[in-house]
Amino acid sequence: MQQRRELDQVYTNRKLLNGQLDTPKWWLPTVSILGVVVLIGVFVIATMINKGLGVTGLARPVYWGLFITTFVFWVGISHAGIMISAILRLTQAEWRRPVTRAAELLTVFSLLTALVFPLIHAGRPWRIAYWIMPYDVARGIYPNIRSPLIMDPVAISTYLTGSTLFLYIALIPDLGNLRDRTTGWQNAMYTVLALGWRGNPRQWKMQTVGGILLSALMLPIFVSVHSIVSWDFAVASAVEGWHSTIFAPYFVIGAVHSGVSAVVTMMALMRWLWKWDDFIRPEHFDALARLLIVVATGWLAFTFLELTFALYGQDAPEIALREMQMFQWPWNMLFIIFFLTGYAIPVPMWLFKRVRTNIALMFWTSILVNVGMWLERFLIIVPGLARRTPFVYTWEAYRPSPVEWTIFIWSFAWVTFLMLLFSRFFPLVPLFEQKESQVFTDDVMIGRAKVPAIVREAE
Amino acid sequence: MATAEFGSHNWGMVVDVDKCIGCNACVIACQAENNIPLNSQDRVERARTISWIRVERYWEGDFPDAKARFIPIMCQHCENAPCEPVCPVYATYHNSEGMNVQVYNRCVGTRYCANGCPYIVRFFNYWEPVWPESLRNHLNPDVTVRSRGIMEKCSFCVHRIRRESRSARSAGTEIADGAVQTACSSACPTSALNFGNFNDPDSKVSKMKEDKRHYTLLDQFGTDPNVIYLAKIDADKKVGSGAAASHD
Repeated sequence: MQQRRELDQVYTNRKLLNGQLDTPKWWLPTVSILGVVVLIGVFVIATMINKGLGVTGLARPVYWGLFITTFVFWVGISHAGIMISAILRLTQAEWRRPVTRAAELLTVFSLLTALVFPLIHAGRPWRIAYWIMPYDVARGIYPNIRSPLIMDPVAISTYLTGSTLFLYIALIPDLGNLRDRTTGWQNAMYTVLALGWRGNPRQWKMQTVGGILLSALMLPIFVSVHSIVSWDFAVASAVEGWHSTIFAPYFVIGAVHSGVSAVVTMMALMRWLWKWDDFIRPEHFDALARLLIVVATGWLAFTFLELTFALYGQDAPEIALREMQMFQWPWNMLFIIFFLTGYAIPVPMWLFKRVRTNIALMFWTSILVNVGMWLERFLIIVPGLARRTPFVYTWEAYRPSPVEWTIFIWSFAWVTFLMLLFSRFFPLVPLFEQKESQVFTDDVMIGRAKVPAIVREAE
Repeated sequence: MATAEFGSHNWGMVVDVDKCIGCNACVIACQAENNIPLNSQDRVERARTISWIRVERYWEGDFPDAKARFIPIMCQHCENAPCEPVCPVYATYHNSEGMNVQVYNRCVGTRYCANGCPYIVRFFNYWEPVWPESLRNHLNPDVTVRSRGIMEKCSFCVHRIRRESRSARSAGTEIADGAVQTACSSACPTSALNFGNFNDPDSKVSKMKEDKRHYTLLDQFGTDPNVIYLAKIDADKKVGSGAAASHD
């Protein structure tokens, strides 16, 4: 961490605020194109709500398909934020600093996107408010708290609230910075948002304590959110492939795997698009890839455990399901792609430092991981439902319809669109964190000796 | 014993698989009674048919000694139903008469219950139901027409139960055994389907379910169904190796 060059504060300000103060040329065309895709997606969603779920490819017995898969995928991606900003913050991993905000942002936007899917996949989305808020008292019926579909909105909205607060608290010093550098309506906006930030010691203390408290408060969410999402499946006691007791930790570690990979993808894009080579450096990719090797291997262990448990029980329908999942067309093709992209290709590559510090390779391997992780969810959800039960009446396959694929693509365009929109008004790399780490790594003179200012940074 | 009181019955069905000839009369009767939309070719092809009761056919043995086996399958009205705890809005719950009931007004269509059901007897309305003009006046006024986006399933013809219990209550009598018949059981030409009150030890179904041929479907899930099956009697085989036990 010591080998980079000194960055003075003026340079840091100018570079990191280039998204807000002088918008890059590619920004408007990219956002416009994404905006069109988003509009098409919104139109398709509206059509689906208007016409009914008949426009999807869902059919007996596969009542959940692409939508729920994509929901689980985005909730998984959202684990990036909590992993990077809360856990790495509490463990004082210094290299987290430039990526904290991007990770938190990914959390907020992917949660917002994930929440859309359970709403639109329901038969009567206009009645879904009954879920989240208690039923009207006149009828005397409250939501069924035993159902994971009630726990889901509770967990996710808690996560969303916490992440949004976290993101905002970390944004305040930078908003003060932007307020001082803008004029007109932008100045007015930043003035309101900065909440009177002046950067005096008391404010810094409150801001830091607030951040640490929120990190600690959000740690339980780290365990709970994806556990609850996994119970959507695990409580279905009569569905082979779903009713596994290890789903909660299995899903959580899988979520970290996909979330951290998504952060890597985003870091590479930020480095390329805004030319932040001085701030997002190969050693950050190196550190994340090391983390990913551990997480991915833990996740692989759970994958094998799941299969082992299935075989150990010697339950014929369960073994038949695994046979279908792994050896029958087209699931076998998906399974091979899932295994190759989720683990077998990226993780051995990350073992080499040359790969870990190569931005392009890290970009592509992190994308592979998320292809694999999406397929993992698909391979849990759909074959579990499409299993051949004793009743031939239900032996049907599932093929997602173009409507479902459009909404799937919409979700990616929507997250990217929100990110780029955010980048126009707020810095994606936290300036103050960047400067703080600069101070921490500075040398101070003690007598004649030059020593690192912060002991934990000494290597 | 005022048996016409709500909650004093435990409605159930005994299906004698040995008597089932696979004629599908029950399916048609149910379709007509419960305002189920026509299962058009398109719906069949896309596996979106709605059929509260269905007759599964299995072939047993190899040609030329193959035997056709039939088993009618409807909602099992499980005492320990996998569909009930997962519904976020209590659209499906167990009432005090042993029935698993579906409240259409509450349903938001998450289809979670259908995923949980091992018998796959819950159906989702993908589209608004439509009938040919000639059939519009044939709808049963006692049964709600389900709108798009909600789940439906066998109700044990709950409207018939309510009708009988109302008239029994106003007459101050009890519901006689056999007075309530579901559409399927009244249409069954061989009396394979028998509906009645399991709480009454003298009722026909209570006696039938003591038969040593009795079994429940997929009992490994511990769902404790209120539909009891009586195994097929096969001269070549021992008792208890009915259709459900040897489907493959």
